[in-house]
Amino acid sequence: MIDFEPIFLTLQLAFTTTVILLIVGLPLAYWLTYSKTKSKVIIEAIVSLPLVLPPSVLGFYLLIAFSPENAFGKFLDNYFDIRLVFTFTGLVISSVLYSLPFMVQPAQSGFKSISKNLIDASYTLGKSKWQTIFHVLLPNMKTALLTGIVLSFAHTIGEFGVVLMVGGSIPNETKVVSIAVFDEVTAMNYHNANVYSAILLIFSFVVLLAIYSINHRFSKISPLP
Amino acid sequence: MIEFKISKKLQSASGTMILDLDFQVKENDFVTLYGASGSGKTTTLQILSGLMNPDEGFVKVKDSFWLDTNTKINLPPQKRKIGYVFQDYALFPNMSVRENLLFALEKGQDKTIIDELLQTMELVSLQHQKPNHLSGGQQQRVALARALVRQPDILLLDEPLSAIDTEMRLKLQDYLLEVHRKYNLTTILVSHDISEIYKLSDQVIVIENGTITKQGTPSEVFSSHSNSGKFQFIGEILKIEKENFIYIVSVLIGSNIVKVIAMEEEIKTLRTGEKIVVSSKAFNPILSKLK
Repeated sequence: MIDFEPIFLTLQLAFTTTVILLIVGLPLAYWLTYSKTKSKVIIEAIVSLPLVLPPSVLGFYLLIAFSPENAFGKFLDNYFDIRLVFTFTGLVISSVLYSLPFMVQPAQSGFKSISKNLIDASYTLGKSKWQTIFHVLLPNMKTALLTGIVLSFAHTIGEFGVVLMVGGSIPNETKVVSIAVFDEVTAMNYHNANVYSAILLIFSFVVLLAIYSINHRFSKISPLP
Repeated sequence: MIEFKISKKLQSASGTMILDLDFQVKENDFVTLYGASGSGKTTTLQILSGLMNPDEGFVKVKDSFWLDTNTKINLPPQKRKIGYVFQDYALFPNMSVRENLLFALEKGQDKTIIDELLQTMELVSLQHQKPNHLSGGQQQRVALARALVRQPDILLLDEPLSAIDTEMRLKLQDYLLEVHRKYNLTTILVSHDISEIYKLSDQVIVIENGTITKQGTPSEVFSSHSNSGKFQFIGEILKIEKENFIYIVSVLIGSNIVKVIAMEEEIKTLRTGEKIVVSSKAFNPILSKLK
């Protein structure tokens, strides 16, 4: 009988990662768009690193950093009693870093698409920065937000290299579907590998399909002037 | 009373330009900033509203400083009592007409102003529409209504009528005059259109390359000829036709076309599309009521 735990674990990982990315990625994208500091290009380059690095490279460095043998891992272990290697928490942090550009870049282009006059108009109407962000900026970049959410979610589901390096394959802890498929194939259980793969394939397709059709409706209702 | 004295270095397409302005506006006056594009008119409105900072200078409104680079006073746009109508209207696409106005309300402010403005601007039937479904003239009215929700002392208009056809334009000018009087506003308009300026403004400030070159009433500024015509209009030349020894010039004044006879001498300096003054002083016009 096939074990469905990896599927739930994958969804849990993707969901948690996407929520954290919204909280971390949107402020970062806002800062990258509107800040006048020249040093922001450095941050921009760092955020985009996961796009070009092989996942195994990122995973390798995270593994080294998280290891209790080294300074950062030891610090977490001693002071907070947190282990990031081969744990779900470690996996979430790695996924957030790995999928960061997939949230930040669409959000950044969303912010850029909004005319400066809309922001100025809001200020002259007495509205604060926060009111402007929540009532003017975010509602007018729904398409970009949705793209960021979908890409982050889908990218986390498709993760393999980073998960393998940082998480390994511990059942109910770090064994996500992509790892399970790999395990089943190496054990020559092609049937199970096929079931996992098919579930992932269909699920991903349905999610993307649903979200893109919503996206189309959004862009029809409120094209920016 | 507004006192405005600032200087700011600007980077424009044609190189660096120093914006160096010093002017006063009387309370409840309607003032127009006139000049070629890139001369610093929009920048002036932005500095007045706090959306941009000058390098040096001060902005003083009714005896209180909004900005003073000497004492480092600089009120944010939120704290300046202004209404700003942007050239592209800047209506929030995610909100209906009514919601755009409601958004501008201050905490605890009476909501009746919304219905009053919707009525004044004849927007009641459109109030639940999204801005993207409205025509340019309608969007313009929404932008004007929204700028007035907070009951500002000063209304800033950045070429609000430039993208609108002539007939609508004339109507919108009436709306502008109406709200200017009704709400006791001090209004500053940026405009290129001389006939519009004649109709609306008490004062004109001409800005060229960042400095004020002329200032006064519209007729002081625009009819430079020492012509004390009793009877004069600003118009645009539509067509110049030759007929035997004379020329017939068709001039658009307001929305009427007037044909004026001209001699070859006069024609030499005139071109189609130019703005001209049509004046006459040899006779007494007779006023009679329209039936």
